[in-house]
Amino acid sequence: MSDTAKEFDRRPWVLLAPSLLAITVLVVIPMSFILVYSFYENIDLAVDRVAFQLGNWQELLTDGYYHIAIWKTLRLSVIVTVLSAVLGYIPAYFIAMTKFRHKWLLLLLLILPFWVSFIIRTLSWIHILGNKGALNGLFMWLGLTEQPIPMMFNEFAVILGFVHVFLPYMILNVYVSLEGIDANLEPAARTLGATPWQAFREVTLPLSTPGLAAGGLLVFVLTGGSYVTPLILGGPNDFMFGNLIYDAVVSELNWPMGATLSFTLLVLLGLVVVLYSRFMGMNQLSKAFS
Amino acid sequence: MKKIDSTKRYEMLRERMGNGDIDRRSFMGLLGAAGITAGLTGGIMSTMATQARAAGTSLNFEGWGGVVSEALREHAFNPYEAATGNTVVDATFGGEKEVLTKVKAAGNTDGHNILHSSGVSWYKRWVDAGYGVSLNEANIPNLANVMTSIIDPFRAITPGSLSAVPYDYGTTGIAYNTKYVSKEEAEALGANLLLKKELKGKIGGWGGDWANRAWYGALQSGQDPNDIQDWDAIWGKAREHRDLVLKYWGSGAELMDLLAKEEIYVTEAWSGRVAALQAQGHPIAYLDPKNGLAWMESMFVLKGSPMAESEELLNFMLDPATAIAVAEGQKYPSSLDPTKVPMTDMVKGLPAFDPTGKLESLVFRDPVKWAPYEKEQTKQWNRVSKGG
Repeated sequence: MSDTAKEFDRRPWVLLAPSLLAITVLVVIPMSFILVYSFYENIDLAVDRVAFQLGNWQELLTDGYYHIAIWKTLRLSVIVTVLSAVLGYIPAYFIAMTKFRHKWLLLLLLILPFWVSFIIRTLSWIHILGNKGALNGLFMWLGLTEQPIPMMFNEFAVILGFVHVFLPYMILNVYVSLEGIDANLEPAARTLGATPWQAFREVTLPLSTPGLAAGGLLVFVLTGGSYVTPLILGGPNDFMFGNLIYDAVVSELNWPMGATLSFTLLVLLGLVVVLYSRFMGMNQLSKAFS
Repeated sequence: MKKIDSTKRYEMLRERMGNGDIDRRSFMGLLGAAGITAGLTGGIMSTMATQARAAGTSLNFEGWGGVVSEALREHAFNPYEAATGNTVVDATFGGEKEVLTKVKAAGNTDGHNILHSSGVSWYKRWVDAGYGVSLNEANIPNLANVMTSIIDPFRAITPGSLSAVPYDYGTTGIAYNTKYVSKEEAEALGANLLLKKELKGKIGGWGGDWANRAWYGALQSGQDPNDIQDWDAIWGKAREHRDLVLKYWGSGAELMDLLAKEEIYVTEAWSGRVAALQAQGHPIAYLDPKNGLAWMESMFVLKGSPMAESEELLNFMLDPATAIAVAEGQKYPSSLDPTKVPMTDMVKGLPAFDPTGKLESLVFRDPVKWAPYEKEQTKQWNRVSKGG
């Protein structure tokens, strides 16, 4: 090995420095504050005492109320991720494979919803699924039902709201991955005797897995950290861990407990990323965009 | 120290050059340096800011949104802005806890001046947290027309001064759709209408306030809401209610939407919002059950606000013409004493309106009785509302 190779190359660190600085200032330091705050004691509404006590963490670990919320959050995140993967793959495949000259237009349509506020997009479901919404209006007009069908303020509406909002993240990831696949591979498989379905299943699908996994990770983490969608579209039983954080911080004005729950959510979602890294490898994320 | 502006400096510089005190090269150099300095320090922006300041003060107001905001904007803020040149930037909050959280997180009250604050309990909380002010009542002569009975609870908390002016009052009763619930049935069941099993999935509830739920739990379990002894019974009733509820609403606008679209037929509701629905022609009736919850709202001025302008706005809002127009718009009776200020027929017909000006027929929350339970029971309500 030459001496030059042994020399410490500073260039990557110089290039990474702005990002590392930003992550330190905007993520690491604030999260450290949150961790420290989780040991404080809430005396009264909005009144906290500086302390080092484990009461909040003990409550989190021993109270089933929080465990149910964690279970609900993970369960809903898995459902939304799987649905987004299934529903997102088809349009992504279509956009990637289409010979349409103005493909950019399809991509523009995909990102068009991002121009509208997340809250407005979520609220729009009330006008579609509500008693006097478009769907019930159509069903009643067609004579399919005499009474409006209850479709709002339940888990179905929450899942629909999540899939609606997060689907573009999945489609874009899968699309980028599909675009990177050599266009000759599928025809090559066909010439070797594979049926169209076999060619897709054994060539295209495995090669697009990095995009699917990257999209899945994004959708899972974004769903797991949400609280507004269940608040707007859900009923009393439709809540997630994020709603408990909202309750602790805004409703109970108990910031130490809110900090404890926030840090827990960070750790839980961080664990998902670690698991992803363990089974998929973080380099798959970059493959999705290569 | 005497302050001189840039024009004066330039004139002095030119005079020195004319007198031979300074050569042309130095003059041009200093002029260039002055130009760079003005550019870097935002001379134009400073000028614009000065002009903006001269154009009036900006006051940030936060309130309940929907018809209440519309009434305040149309009948109070727009005329105030036209009359004074000041600006009122109004926004909707999700509740005062949200504002308190923001203020606490920021460490200051920047961007928050006047709140449409709910009840005496919140008045006490803001004051206790150190966010109160001492209004100069001489600047608010219209305060003399406000009912003594509505001011006294506030004065009891801050003797000798006020940090808010009471502005309106109302009740939280029961709204029901007359297509599905008869008046006779509603009156017979009272607060228990909210527990009617046959209406499962068509019942709503105010989710944002533990005390409201507890108040109705007290009525349903036969307790005096201002002297609750059995909290288990209260939350037992809340659970019974929860199992029938389609949706806990979080704002007046959401309440109106749920009732208007017939997503729910029955819910506890704010009197003014129901009056607004009735004015829109919806078949929604309103019932104040025995010992139903009454409340008063104030315009609370937060510490750090421009006082003279805030007081000017409060006085403007309490002007009888303005206050009555707002009351008609938001459908909540004004805090003005009807024995001193003649009210219109529309105001007299509003739910909860008290022609005596003494408010003796209404039952308000006793902050002394309720405050000690707030921390513990807020948490309990959040759990019960989510199936706990």
